Amino acid sequence: MHELGITEAILDIVLRHAGGARVRTVQVTVGEWTGYAGDSIELFWQELARGTAAEGARLEFRFEPATLKCRSCGTVFGANGSDLQCPQCSALGGEPAGGRDCTVDAIEVEGGDAA
Amino acid sequence: MSTRVPVVERVLSANDAVAAEVRAQLDGRGIFCVNLMASPGAGKTSLIERTVEALKGEIAIGMINGDTSAAAFDAERSQRAGAVSVHVNTGGKCHLEAAMVRDALSLLPLDEIRLLLIENVGNLVCPMSWKLGAHVNVLIGSTPEGDDKPYKYPKMYAGVDVVVLNKIDLLPYVGFDCERFLRGVEALNPGLRHFRVSCRTGEGLEEWIAWLKQQIGARR
Ligand SMILES: [Zn+2]
Repeated sequence: MHELGITEAILDIVLRHAGGARVRTVQVTVGEWTGYAGDSIELFWQELARGTAAEGARLEFRFEPATLKCRSCGTVFGANGSDLQCPQCSALGGEPAGGRDCTVDAIEVEGGDAA
Repeated sequence: MSTRVPVVERVLSANDAVAAEVRAQLDGRGIFCVNLMASPGAGKTSLIERTVEALKGEIAIGMINGDTSAAAFDAERSQRAGAVSVHVNTGGKCHLEAAMVRDALSLLPLDEIRLLLIENVGNLVCPMSWKLGAHVNVLIGSTPEGDDKPYKYPKMYAGVDVVVLNKIDLLPYVGFDCERFLRGVEALNPGLRHFRVSCRTGEGLEEWIAWLKQQIGARR
């Protein structure tokens, strides 16, 4: 259930930025290194957002794959389920690159003068 | 009518801020803090018992034991071994969060403690995401789990500061390839400090203890 704490944190951020306005959508990037499952976040979201300005808001997920950056040649390659070997130069491993974070990117709130 | 509000905020930034508070509090008192992570059964509590026994009478130890339930079984084991322990019920969460550590600190006699051991909840996925304010993140692996763990849980192995490989007394029986394991560790985390121990026989523990003492000594 590691998404429970994450979903609480997402809701905190959303409500802070909404400034009391009703929230329609929440755009979230989920990096693969985090291991978070979007559908679990969704489930907790229904529960946690109830009774807040974000109740009923739709979550939009953007998934970012886990990648490593080769220390020898700089090639960025997928870290998931692999033997951790660079496909370019066969060196083993690398620095964790993309997919490490989970971020709230933007929210859409009711009202205001923007489209 | 609706308005798009750009946010771009890391979901864990609030946790990280609390972790920084915890670290400042520990540093202010010269307490060395270790966050112990492992899959269930790797030997977290056994390593803690061994460590507390070895340092008893010499270094005062505080413990924070995270558990997904109210059953304070691990906390009781550490307490029996001689540490002052606070049990934290995570309320079903599979990891400790910085705010839980901050709250637990207020229940510990911080003026007396020189080493704080945090026993995180047993799993290899989420504890790594949540900074707690510890000085070192230690991963306890064990030989029956298999030598493929760094390849399967790269995030964990990429993010830790120390690996303790436990149950080396079982090496003749479990077909664990130390070279393959360490190659994986090195691939993700070059130069990572590692110890090979058996909490059952005591083999290798003196090196771990010596390293801990050196780290504690460097704080005051
Ligand atoms: Zn390469």
